[in-house]
Amino acid sequence: MRGLKLPLNQTQRIRLQRAFEKLQTLSAKANSDASVTVADSIQVNYEDAFLKGHGTTDLNGELVATVCGVVERVNKLVYVRGLRARYKPEVGDIVVGRIVEVAQKRWRLEINFTQDAVLMLSSMNMPDGIQRRRTALDELNMRSIFEENDVVCAEVRNFQHDGSLQLQARSQKYGKLEKGQLLIIDPYLVKKSKQHFHHLEQFGVDLILGRNGFIWVGEHVEVRDSMIIDQANSAEQSAVPEEKNPAYTSLEMRQHICRIANAIRVLSTLGFIMDAELIMQTVELSSSLNLNIHDMLGSEFHVLVAEREAERRSLMSKRKR
Amino acid sequence: MEYVSPEGLLLDGRRPMEMRQLRAEIGTVAKADGSAVFEMGNTKVIAAVYGPREVQNRSQQMSDQALVRCEYSMANFSTGDRMRKPKGDRRSTEISLVIRQTMEACILTHLMPRSQIDIFVQVLQADVGTRSACINAASLALADAGIPMRDIVTSCSAGYLNSTPLLDLNYVEDSAGGADVTVGILPKLDKVTLLQMDAKLPLDIFENVMGLAIEGCKAVANYIREILLENTKQLEYRRGL
Repeated sequence: MRGLKLPLNQTQRIRLQRAFEKLQTLSAKANSDASVTVADSIQVNYEDAFLKGHGTTDLNGELVATVCGVVERVNKLVYVRGLRARYKPEVGDIVVGRIVEVAQKRWRLEINFTQDAVLMLSSMNMPDGIQRRRTALDELNMRSIFEENDVVCAEVRNFQHDGSLQLQARSQKYGKLEKGQLLIIDPYLVKKSKQHFHHLEQFGVDLILGRNGFIWVGEHVEVRDSMIIDQANSAEQSAVPEEKNPAYTSLEMRQHICRIANAIRVLSTLGFIMDAELIMQTVELSSSLNLNIHDMLGSEFHVLVAEREAERRSLMSKRKR
Repeated sequence: MEYVSPEGLLLDGRRPMEMRQLRAEIGTVAKADGSAVFEMGNTKVIAAVYGPREVQNRSQQMSDQALVRCEYSMANFSTGDRMRKPKGDRRSTEISLVIRQTMEACILTHLMPRSQIDIFVQVLQADVGTRSACINAASLALADAGIPMRDIVTSCSAGYLNSTPLLDLNYVEDSAGGADVTVGILPKLDKVTLLQMDAKLPLDIFENVMGLAIEGCKAVANYIREILLENTKQLEYRRGL
């Protein structure tokens, strides 16, 4: 059993246990017998036609799970949704990754996939914003765009026929991420939504929830859309921000970033699926309690967040009825 | 020396058909993709699985299946007399190989081409049956990492002392010098993936002993599945929605 490594006292342990019990009763899937482990047979009606999906295999005419997870049925498709696993990319996903290698016309990124992803020089916008062929000179200057160990945000473009993954960064909102923190959580805890870029205005912080479980919390940067800027004034535009941005991040900003990052850490250790709304609620809870940033990782705050979440989910399920 | 008392009890109070106590814990290494601690009596091992991930050595990359690697080591403090063992001695290389082959048999490697899976097992407390405990721990860790598998491999040993087949030997029983049969099976498929014996036994007795070891494996499998199911349910209800 996955135990939380928290020093809890007696009351905290009971409160946490009670919160988890509440969550368990609220969860529809956990109460049904949909959870399976490796080599458990899955109940299907063999007379009906069915399609076996991911995480299943055929064993002597019997449908068997190959991973631990929850059985999902969509029309005829039967598959097992695994929980803890590496990221499975889908075209169009927004991911955050770290550059591991600068190679010929491409960068290799670690994105928690079974292989490194590839970002081609040709599938990303040049810093000058001009659309043109990439020359040999551009290739030599690749390190001026991204270097090893840079954190980069991009979109999943497609799978090559050999199974490798291609990324693209064809907009100003993608690209190098600076002045912030990268958090790595389990990919199953990131909720898929329409919006994965969030600008938290009250803090002036950008939050990027990468679908691969890499979460970026950093100082807000103004997105310059290359489509609007015509080429005439693009030269002066690109020159100005360098001078405007100070080389350091203000203390207040760093505190905001740390507070949000710690909120994400707490939610991740508790194993709650997260979106920007839940993260903000957790941040607000911590600031309304006047909690120090480092105290957010203490056991008391974990218990509070768990109780809060149990309450929130019970409210949501009531509203549904 | 008498290992089985007239009342049919062993020196540590077990019955000959009784296993040592099992204990398992999932998710003990935070940075790993999957991890587990497995205890069989006084034997305690920790396993960590990394991957499937990019192959480190390009020349080893296979375009149709995943590369499985395994490293077995014993902590210096794991045995009674603290010994500084060189890394990669014959014994640990052999056990690494045995574990790798056993796990490779159950992982659906063709689903993860061009990647590699690293399994690290370390003995924290060595009694007897580190091989079995390592295989069980590695199975748990692989399942925790969400790696697709045909079945859960489990392993258990059995011995023969005082003309009685004994399940899951402990240190005293093992030092008596009787036969020690280690079996690894795929319980659902009912197939043997590992069979080792370091002595001689008549064929009919060997069959008995091996049957006993297989029963032990099935008991371990039941325990592991229980743990995994509980873990899955826990992750699911905490996640919500």
